This record gives sequence, C-alpha cells and structure tokens, in this order.
Amino acid sequence: MIGAVLHTGAPPLRDPAARGRIGAAVVALIVLWPLLALAEFRPWMLFESGNLQVMGHFLAGFLPPETSLEFLALLGKATLETLAIATCGIALALIIAVPLAVAATRSLAVSRIGPGPGRHRGTAGRAAVRGLLTLLRAIPEVVWALIFVRALGLGPGAGVLAIAVTYGGMLGKVYTEILESGDTRAARALLEAGSPRLGALLYALIPGAAHELASYTVYRWECAVRASVVMGFVGAGGLGQLMDQSMKMLNGGETSSILITFLLLVLLADALSAVIRRVLA
Amino acid sequence: MSLQLLDAGLVHANGHRALRGVSLEINAGERVAVIGPSGAGKTSLVRVLGASLRPTEGQVTIAGTDPWSLSAGALRRLRARIGVIHQSAPIPPRLRVVTAVLAGRLGRWSVWRSLVSLAAPSDATGARDALALLDLEDRLFDRCDHLSGGQLQRVGVARVLYQRPEVMLADEPVSALDPTLADQSLAALVAASETYKATFVASLHAVDLALKWFPRIIGMRNGEVAFDRPPAAVTRDMLHELYATEGRLLPYQGVEQQHEERPANVVQLKRPGCQ
Repeated sequence: MIGAVLHTGAPPLRDPAARGRIGAAVVALIVLWPLLALAEFRPWMLFESGNLQVMGHFLAGFLPPETSLEFLALLGKATLETLAIATCGIALALIIAVPLAVAATRSLAVSRIGPGPGRHRGTAGRAAVRGLLTLLRAIPEVVWALIFVRALGLGPGAGVLAIAVTYGGMLGKVYTEILESGDTRAARALLEAGSPRLGALLYALIPGAAHELASYTVYRWECAVRASVVMGFVGAGGLGQLMDQSMKMLNGGETSSILITFLLLVLLADALSAVIRRVLA
Repeated sequence: MSLQLLDAGLVHANGHRALRGVSLEINAGERVAVIGPSGAGKTSLVRVLGASLRPTEGQVTIAGTDPWSLSAGALRRLRARIGVIHQSAPIPPRLRVVTAVLAGRLGRWSVWRSLVSLAAPSDATGARDALALLDLEDRLFDRCDHLSGGQLQRVGVARVLYQRPEVMLADEPVSALDPTLADQSLAALVAASETYKATFVASLHAVDLALKWFPRIIGMRNGEVAFDRPPAAVTRDMLHELYATEGRLLPYQGVEQQHEERPANVVQLKRPGCQ
C-alpha cells in the first residue's frame, strides 16, 4: 500500500530546510576562513621538528614539581592570598552587581504594569544601568588592575578592586538575564498586589532562580581565581606574582607546582558549586 | 472600596479587543460574579478593576480616584489594598507554602521584615489560620511543588485571605477544584468578604456557583456587558444566549444543579447598608 503511494508520484522526501542549512554552513566557513588567517592559526607549525624540540625542553623543565618546604610555604601563602583576592573581589562585585541587576531587570519594573506612571523614566534608567554594566565589564580586569596598581601601589588590593569592578559588570548583566528568563508571572502578581520591587525579587524571582544564580556566582569565583593570577603578572599579588617570578627565573618545577595548585582550586570550586546546588535544589 | 468603570474599552498590544464600552458601578462591600464564555473578556475586566491593566478607552475609578493619575508610590499603596486570585496560582514551585501565603502582605511589610521572614516566617500563625479556612493547614511547611494543582490554587486563595484586602478580585478562583472544594473555597472567600467588609468580584466559569454565592451577576460576551442583574432575574434563556457559542449545556461545577430551573437559595449579603 505504502509502496504503491510512493510509485504513483508522491512528493519526493526532500527536506525543504536542508538547502538553507547547507547554505548557512558554507557561509560560516567562508566567514571563518579569513578570521583563521587573521589569527595566524597554523596548527601544523606545532609539529615541525625544531618547534617540537623547543617545547619538549620547556615542558621537561616542569618535572618534577618543586616540593621543597620553603617553596611550599611560599606557595601556601600565595594561594591564600589568591583565594582572598578572588573572594573579596567577588564579594565587592556582588555589592556592585545586585543593586544594578535589580535596577536593570525588566520583570521588576512596576511602571511597566499598565503601563503606569514613570515608565519613560524607568525605561531610560534601565538603559543607563545596562550601559554602566557594559562599561564595567568591557574593560579587561588587567587594565583595571594596571590603573589601581598606579593608585594603590603593588599588592593584592589592586587585584581585589579590579575583580570587583569587572566582575560586578559581568555578574550584574548575567543576573539580569537569569532573572528575566525564568517565569516572571509570580513577580508580576506580587507587584500587582502592591509589593515593592525587593519583595517581588525575594519572594518570586529568587526562589525560582536561586540555584542558577548561585552556580553562576561560584563559576565566576573560579574565574576570579584564574584572573587574579593574570593580574599577579602586573604586580597585583597572589599566585600570579609567584608564577611570574618562577617563569622569569625559568624554574619549571615551581611553575608546575603552581599549576597543580590551580587544578586543585578549580576542583574545589566545582565541589563547592555542587554542594550549593544540592542545598538549593 | 468602590469600583467604577465608565465606558471602558481595552485593546491589547497585539490588537485583540478585549473590552468594549463597559460601564459598571460596584459599591463598597458588594459581591459580584462575572460569568460568560471563555474569551468574553472576564479576565480583562477583573484586571482592569485591579489596576493591573490600563483601559485604552474610558475611565476606571477605584476607591474614588483614577489609579492611573496617581503617583507611583500612591498607586503601589492602592494596589496593596487590592487582592487578586489568579486562575493558575503564580507561585514559584520552590517556595514553601507558608512563605507563599505570607507574600500576601509584602505590600504592607517593611523590606527588612520581608527579608527576615524569608528565613524565619514572621507570622506562621496568620498563614496557618488562612490555610485552615481551606483545609490546608497541614501543608504549612511543605514546598509548593509537592502540592497538587487544586491545592496550589487554594494556596493562592489563602494568600489573598491573609492579605486581607479591601477588594478581592478573583479570576476563575476555583477552576482547578472539584465541586465540594470549589464550594468550600468560595464559601471561605465570601465569609472573608463579609467579615472584612471587602468588595468581592469573581469571574466564574461555573454558572451554578455564581448563582448560589453572589447577589449580583454580570454576564459578559464579546467584551461587552450582556446583562447585569440579581440571580433571581437571570433566566435560563439569558444563560443559554450567553453561552450560545459553547453548545447546549451550561457550564456547571456541580452535578445535580444541572436540572434545576432556578438557584434554590442565594446567599445574600449579610451587612446592612449594602445594596
């Protein structure tokens, strides 16, 4: 029966969307190719014999990891400093991000109901806050660190401030998006019953998005640990500064000990995130 | 709190017209049911009366003032005096029942009290008392995602009972409940409106519940008021005309009433001075 239908001129089984998809893939390749050329992406260079040898020497210097007590004491102190920079940075970033996110979140805008009084002011205000968030995160933390090192001198203080500013911008933007992407009817209902903005945030939006907000915050803390390393290179303290010294002295063993510490810190962040998600689930 | 509409019309942003030339006057403490087929504009009417939707034409007056001419702060305080029961309770699933009920008074609480109450419920007794009226007091500390649809709808009712507003607006408040529970929940709302002298406007799909509990029935069709009269003056023909698009059977929540000609005993307003 089915065969008969096929033979008597049923339309051919050609996916009408296929042409568009293949076209998009070709366009993507055409756009990507000059970008690869621009980025000097030549992976085969890695495998030229001279380069392999140079890299091999460099990597061989990493073994064995440095385990002298003196260095480990230094490493422990630098690790604590890095954790302190990242944690204080994120804490300050939260102080920047939370109010800005509350101000920028459309689902908490009372004036959109109706629309009511002050809606133009509200729209303009939200656009301004979004602009501020963009400005904060568009400038890389290393640049902020260079600025703050000029002001505060060498040391962890500059790193903390740099993380606070950049991550405040990032957290604020992503918090806003998380809060707007969930079910916003609950918040709307509370606002319609005269609840203030913060009430709607606490009783409607956060219960729906708590674990997402928490896991993103922990992930950003993990990024802050890594970022504090880069900033160490410009003199903002912590593991980065130690690594800068080790690499300048071409001491591979110390460098690999520091890298192992990074790995442990990332694992720690993962475990922390898992615990928080389980508690909030 | 009194409610008035003067020639109010509403066109939604997508161009759909929901209300057309609606004029109503609802006195403080009055109890009104809005009935009509789905898509008749019942929800829009309730939302306009609650200052959640702004009419595109005509005028709405709540407690003697035009809510849309108020300042943002005054509008918020006015809304705190209005309680809305939604068809599907807008409660985040992870919230506990006690918190969901206490959220009813956020409009009157300080931000500090709201924050503390999130950790340690500041008025668990009040929440339990509201839930007890709906036979749900044993679920006080459960999470809302452990409730059935009907239980969640009753938590939404409990929230408004706890809010203790001067106007209760209900949009199909008992649509997810079986006949007995629907009747019980409406009884609790009616009792609350009597006790606190609150105006009570409910849109109902079930004609029998409307005729039983409300001394004034407004029939809506195509965004217009088809009739507005006491239940004794609502004839079967009027109802059949109202629901002409929904087939021959009238929408009832109960079973037996299907054969009754007329509501047997309407629950009247008990307070003197109303109507």
